Amino acid sequence: MVTLNEDKNTVIRVKDLSVGYQDSVILHDISFEVPKGEVFVIMGGSGCGKTTLLKTIIGLIAPVKGKVFFGKNDFWGIGPEEQIGIMRTFGVLYQGAALWSSLTIEENVALPLQMFTNLSSQQIKEVVSLKLALVGLSGFEDFYPEQISGGMRKRAGIARAIALDPKILFLDEPTAGLDPLNARMLDDLVRQLTDVLRVTVIMVTHDLESIFAVGDEVIFLDAETKTMIASGNPKELLRNCKDSRVINFLTPRRS
Amino acid sequence: MSQAKIDLAQQEDSSFSLLISGDWLITKKLPSFEDTFLKIQSQPHLSNIALDCSRLGAWDSSLAAFLFRLSKECQRSGIRLVSSGLPEGLLKLLRLAESGMHREKVKSAARLSIIESLGNAVYLAARELKAFLDFLGELTVSFWQLLKGKAFMPKQDFWIKVQFCGLEALPLVSLISFLVGVILAFVAAMQLLLFGAQIFIADIVGIAMVRVMGAIMTAIIMSGRTGASFAAELGLMQVNEEIDALKTMGISAMQFLVLPRVLALVVMMPLLTLYSNLMGILGGYVVGILMFGLNPVEYFTRTQQAVALNNLWVGIVHSFVFGLIVAISGCFKGMRCERNAAGVGKATTQAVVFAITSIVIATAIITYLCHLLKV
Repeated sequence: MVTLNEDKNTVIRVKDLSVGYQDSVILHDISFEVPKGEVFVIMGGSGCGKTTLLKTIIGLIAPVKGKVFFGKNDFWGIGPEEQIGIMRTFGVLYQGAALWSSLTIEENVALPLQMFTNLSSQQIKEVVSLKLALVGLSGFEDFYPEQISGGMRKRAGIARAIALDPKILFLDEPTAGLDPLNARMLDDLVRQLTDVLRVTVIMVTHDLESIFAVGDEVIFLDAETKTMIASGNPKELLRNCKDSRVINFLTPRRS
Repeated sequence: MSQAKIDLAQQEDSSFSLLISGDWLITKKLPSFEDTFLKIQSQPHLSNIALDCSRLGAWDSSLAAFLFRLSKECQRSGIRLVSSGLPEGLLKLLRLAESGMHREKVKSAARLSIIESLGNAVYLAARELKAFLDFLGELTVSFWQLLKGKAFMPKQDFWIKVQFCGLEALPLVSLISFLVGVILAFVAAMQLLLFGAQIFIADIVGIAMVRVMGAIMTAIIMSGRTGASFAAELGLMQVNEEIDALKTMGISAMQFLVLPRVLALVVMMPLLTLYSNLMGILGGYVVGILMFGLNPVEYFTRTQQAVALNNLWVGIVHSFVFGLIVAISGCFKGMRCERNAAGVGKATTQAVVFAITSIVIATAIITYLCHLLKV
C-alpha cells in the first residue's frame, strides 16, 4: 500500500503498445511515460480508442503487443496474483461511475476497505466519512446510487476509487454527461485530490476545458492513423504544435 | 516499520498534547478512536489539545480519518484542537474534508419504523395493483387497435418472437414432457399391476397429459424460459432508456414491445402444448411397451378410446390462459423494472414467481369450472 510521501519518479511506462479486440487493432505502437504526481490526459476524438487504451493499461483487456510497466513490473508479463497486487495500488473511476446499485454510497466506499484492510468497522466508518467529505458527499452515506444525481455519482465513484489510498487514479471521461458547473467542480476536485493525496492521475477525456484546467501533460490519439500523433503540455501544444488535427481539436469554438 | 500510537500527555505548563507516533497506514493495525477520546474526556480541565507529530513516520488517509473524527468530536465537546503541528499535506487533506462537510448538508434517507414499513408495503401493493390493471387495459386497447389495423406492431419482431417461443423451445419441451409421461406411467403401473390392469396405463397417461399435465408442464417451462427472458429484456431496455426513447417519439411501447411478445406466446402455447401431449403419451408408450410388455397396437387403441375430444379442448383452454399469464407477467414486470442492475434481477424473479403462482391458481379455477360444467 502506498505511503503518501515517496520519491518522484515515473509511475507508468507504456512501450510500443498495440491495443484492440481480437483481430482488429485500434491503436498501434503507443509509447509514453507518466511522471509521478501529475495529471496525465489521454485525449482524442470519439472512437479513437482512448477507453480501450485505458482498459489495457488497467488490466481489463490484454494488449495485442507491447508492454505496460508499473514501476519495474511488466503488467502483462507477470502472474495473475502479482497483477492483482498492482491493481490494488490504483483506483478507477468508470465512465458511468459503476457504483454497485444494491449498496448504499457508504457501503460502496467501505467494500474495498472491508476486503483489503484489517480495520474495525468503526475505523472503516471513519475512513469512509473522510473520503466522502473529501468529495463533498457528507450526509449522503445512506443513499443508494439511483437516489443521487449523475455528478454526485461520479464523486461517489471517486470516493470509492480513493478508498484504499491508491498511488494512481484512473478516470474515464469523468466530466461526460455533466453540466458545465458540475464538470468544473469535478475538475477542481481532481486537482485538489492530486494535491492532497499526492496521487498520479491518468484521465481519458475529450472535454477541452478539463484538459486545460487539470492536464499537466497530454497525449493525442488519432482514429485515422490509429496512433499517437502528439504529446506535451496542453497549452504548449496549442501554441507550438504544427499538426492541424491537434490544433483543430484544441482550439475552443464559440458561436 | 513501527506501530501507530497516540498518547495523551500533560506538559509542564499543565496544557495537554496528543503525541502521534509510528506509521499510520490503512493496511496496518491502528489505535482505537474510542479509547483515545475516553482518555481526553476523562480530563476535567482540558480545553485545548495540541497535536505533536514529531515522531510520526509514514502516514496516509487513515491518520486523516482519525483526526477528522477527532476534530468533529472535540468541536462537539467544546475542546479546541490546535492542529498547527501537523504536516502540511495532512493539513491540506483535513481542510479539503472540512470544506466538503459544509458543501452540501442533506438529511440522510430516513429509516422507517415497522408501522411505516407496513403502511408503505400496503401502499406499494395498491399502487402495483393499479399499475397492473392499467397495463391490462392498455394491452387490451392495443390489441383492439391491432384488430382495427391501427396499431404499429413490428411484424419482423413478432415472427422472431414466434420462433423464440416455439421452435427454440421444442428441445426442452420434448425432454420434460417425455419424462413426465414416463413418470406418470410408472406411478400408474405400480398400482395397476396389483389388479393386472396395466393396459390402463394408456388411459391414465393419455388423459392426464392431454387434459392438464401437458399444458401445465409447458407453461412452467415457458415461464422459466420465455417469461423470464421477456422480463430481463424489457427491464434492461428500461434501464437503457430505450423505452423512454420510444415514448418520446410517440411510439407506444405497449404496441411496439409488449404486443408482439404476448401474441407470439399466446399463439405458440397451444401448439407447444399439443406437442407436449404427444411427447408425454410417447413417454408412457415406451414404458408400457418396454417395461410392462403391453401390446403396441392395443396401447394405441386404448389411448384413442380413452382420450375424448373434451379433454383436448380443456387442455387447449388451459394452454391459452397459461400463455397469457406467462407473457403478461414477464412483460409487466419487465416494464415496471427499476432502473438498475438489481432491478433487472428482481423483475426476472418476480415474473417467474408471479407466473407460476398464477398458473396454479388458474388451474384450480379452470378445474372447478370444468366440474361445474361437467366437461
